[in-house]
Amino acid sequence: MSETTAANAAFIRVFKQYGGIFLSLVALCVIFSFMNGRFMSVANFLNVLQQVAVIAIAAFGMTWVILLGEIDLSIGSIIAVAGMVAAQCFAVGLGFAPTFVITLLSGAMLGLANGVLTAKFRLPSFIVTVATMGIYRGLVSLPTNGAPAMITEPTWTAIGTQSFIGVPIVIWFVAVLFLFNHILLSKTRFGRRAYLTGGNREAALYSGIKVDRLKIAIFMISGVMAAISGVLLSSRLFSAQTNAGMSYELDAIAAAVLGGTSLAGGVGTMIGTMIGALIIGVLNNGMNMMSVPYFYQLIVKGAVILVAVWLDVRSKQAKQ
Amino acid sequence: MDTSGNAAILEIKDVTKYFGTVAALKSMQLSVMPGRVHTILGENGAGKSTLMKILAGVYQPTSGSILMDGKPYAPANPQDAARAGLTIVFQELSLCNNMTVAENILATREPSTIGFINDKALTRKAASIVADLKLPVAVTEKVGDLSIAQRQLVEIAKGLSVDAKVVILDEPTSSLSDNEAEILFEIISQLKARGVAVIYISHRMEEIMRLSDDITVVRDGSYITTRDKNETTIDELIALMVGRDMDAIYPARDVPAPAMSAKPVLGVDGLSRDGEFENITFDVRPGEILGFFGLIGSGRSEVMNALFGMKRTSSGSISIDGKQVTISSPVDAIDRGIGFVTENRKEEGLVLSHNVEANISMVALKDYSGAFGFLKRRRERLAAEAEVKRLAIKTGSLQTIVGSLSGGNQQKIVLAKWLLTRPKILILDEPTRGVDVGAKFEIYKIIRQLAAEGTAILLVSSELPEIISMSDRVVVMSEGRATATASGDQMKPEKIMSFATGFVS
Ligand SMILES: Nc1ncnc2c1ncn2[C@@H]1O[C@H](COP(=O)(O)OP(=O)(O)OP(=O)(O)O)[C@@H](O)[C@H]1O
Ligand SMILES: [Mg+2]
Repeated sequence: MSETTAANAAFIRVFKQYGGIFLSLVALCVIFSFMNGRFMSVANFLNVLQQVAVIAIAAFGMTWVILLGEIDLSIGSIIAVAGMVAAQCFAVGLGFAPTFVITLLSGAMLGLANGVLTAKFRLPSFIVTVATMGIYRGLVSLPTNGAPAMITEPTWTAIGTQSFIGVPIVIWFVAVLFLFNHILLSKTRFGRRAYLTGGNREAALYSGIKVDRLKIAIFMISGVMAAISGVLLSSRLFSAQTNAGMSYELDAIAAAVLGGTSLAGGVGTMIGTMIGALIIGVLNNGMNMMSVPYFYQLIVKGAVILVAVWLDVRSKQAKQ
Repeated sequence: MDTSGNAAILEIKDVTKYFGTVAALKSMQLSVMPGRVHTILGENGAGKSTLMKILAGVYQPTSGSILMDGKPYAPANPQDAARAGLTIVFQELSLCNNMTVAENILATREPSTIGFINDKALTRKAASIVADLKLPVAVTEKVGDLSIAQRQLVEIAKGLSVDAKVVILDEPTSSLSDNEAEILFEIISQLKARGVAVIYISHRMEEIMRLSDDITVVRDGSYITTRDKNETTIDELIALMVGRDMDAIYPARDVPAPAMSAKPVLGVDGLSRDGEFENITFDVRPGEILGFFGLIGSGRSEVMNALFGMKRTSSGSISIDGKQVTISSPVDAIDRGIGFVTENRKEEGLVLSHNVEANISMVALKDYSGAFGFLKRRRERLAAEAEVKRLAIKTGSLQTIVGSLSGGNQQKIVLAKWLLTRPKILILDEPTRGVDVGAKFEIYKIIRQLAAEGTAILLVSSELPEIISMSDRVVVMSEGRATATASGDQMKPEKIMSFATGFVS
């Protein structure tokens, strides 16, 4: 009896939290399937997930940063750096495993730089990452003078093109990283401290949380997530492009905010971000299938984000 | 209760307010006369602030009606209330920390020409307001640089800088010491003389008896009764408020204070920080309660922040258990067994957007997590539950957002989060700020109990009776210096006050 009421209460809480955005996702799917019969198919669903992978993974990292009340605009550039680092590693004859590790490390180092500049030099993260966005983007062109670099290593390109037990490897990446970030955020001390610090930095400091270290760690997570996005993107493109991942930071921010992450800090979940990323993916996919011109797609995406955020703000006000 | 024959300026009838399913007010009634001070008395969470926020247009009642001057009054927002002639000084500070005192006092009413703010006129106007009210604050300072008591004075200046028919003061003295409170009482008597109706909220019984004309007692969101000040006593009011008799306000010490010959757990020697405090020396033994008294700006909180590693010191030393230590961050302090209940719960104490449980376990989180930092949610919940019970915190559940709790209950959460760490040395900076009489007694009992278990307590308070009744010795500070350490015979109000003001008689 009390079991069921507790379960009910939990259900109501989950529904209140994600109901609105989840219904938006369902509504979008329904609209698109009416307009195009091929939309609602397993094949297309996997397709959407695959397209969404790069954004979703970057958005997991972004969620951490926004949760802390900061922002990371450099992730689009880090995505490109990661691809170029991989291409260069292969060019000097390294194998898959060392290349993979070095690529992720490069993301971690770039995130570390963002974190140290923000936490230790006390610069606003918006300014820091606007600057590093440009710097990192410039670094990409250094090895090749701006030309793309081919990647032909078979294991690497398999990531973006092959399946494992019937499911594209890219989707396995999303699933594993989602679980990792979700568990880290909701089940561990580290995640709890991120929430608390995002909610009130001063109180966190007085409570013995090492807020600077936490901030640096989180910018590193964001860098590593962006680097993994870069791995997926470069493997799908068979190459590292200097303009890869351009403006992906905006999609990542949109996914996080659509999913209920508050730009003021302290509020947000990975589940929300995942749904947010799916909404963006479904929008892109659906409009592509209907051959909506690119500039209309931009307008629609922008409008959807505004409406979603507005609904979110309104529901929170209503609760008060 | 038409005692004076005058018509009431405010008439509240059957006002009910629900937050979700929580009833904050149930058929509340109140009748306020012009030219009188009407105190609302009730425990933490009784609904006092909610009622005031309804009058001020912050919340709208779920049902019921309000008359002002006999006409229906239903402000949709604070601007409506201000236009109708009602001004409010909120319980929780609502100032912009990165703006100056002048900008805050005149916020939204800045003198300007075609949209450009006239800075000189702004400063001049604010300065004259502050001078009229005789408040000791400089209008060009940034609010963020002020002490909490000074901020409260700014909040008062902001509220009283407009002409009003009704003035609401929601716990205006909670962080003021007697001297500053005196200034406020002077202002209140002037308002009264001008025929303004003053609604006053406080948990300090002495000042309520002194100031009030009428006293309305509320309990659990319901109206209990209204008394004329001259026809009631403190004891009666407390009994009405808590619903039972209370025989003492301060629990007696049942374990004797440690002998002065016992070894101190904390020794502070010649601690200085340029411009804030100088040559502070004291020590405290396990089980001892050492009080710190002083006026605004005497530097008590600054010393405590230095002890806790939040402020660098320029000279002097700190030793714990006889060994000299450096404390350069709160992490160091906590590792050495120091706990710090800060005076400003909203900024330094709580994460208002998070729930009761997460706030209580915040400092002791390590004890509630295992391998790889995985949280032990069940243990965490049980521990939080135990603290909520022990401190009688009034909250819907452990999942309730702390920001929606009443002021006094928020204060208890701050206390709870430090109790959970079992500190060796516990610094309490205004621990009963905004806490009702019954709950104060509970907090005092806990302080006594901690001391009996051997915790050394540093108790900073602006309430002289509290300091004198609770402390074994009192360090009195004035303008950044420790002017005396009172003990034994010297623990008398006049004596301690004279040390604090520097007029040694
Ligand atoms: N915004 C809100 N959302 C939900 N509940 C609220 C909200 N504001 C107040 N409450 C609840 O309403 C009740 C009355 O709160 P209120 O702040 O009016 O108490 P109070 O009498 O002013 O107490 P205190 O002496 O501690 O200041 C409390 O139980 C509180 O938790
Ligand atoms: Mg209140």
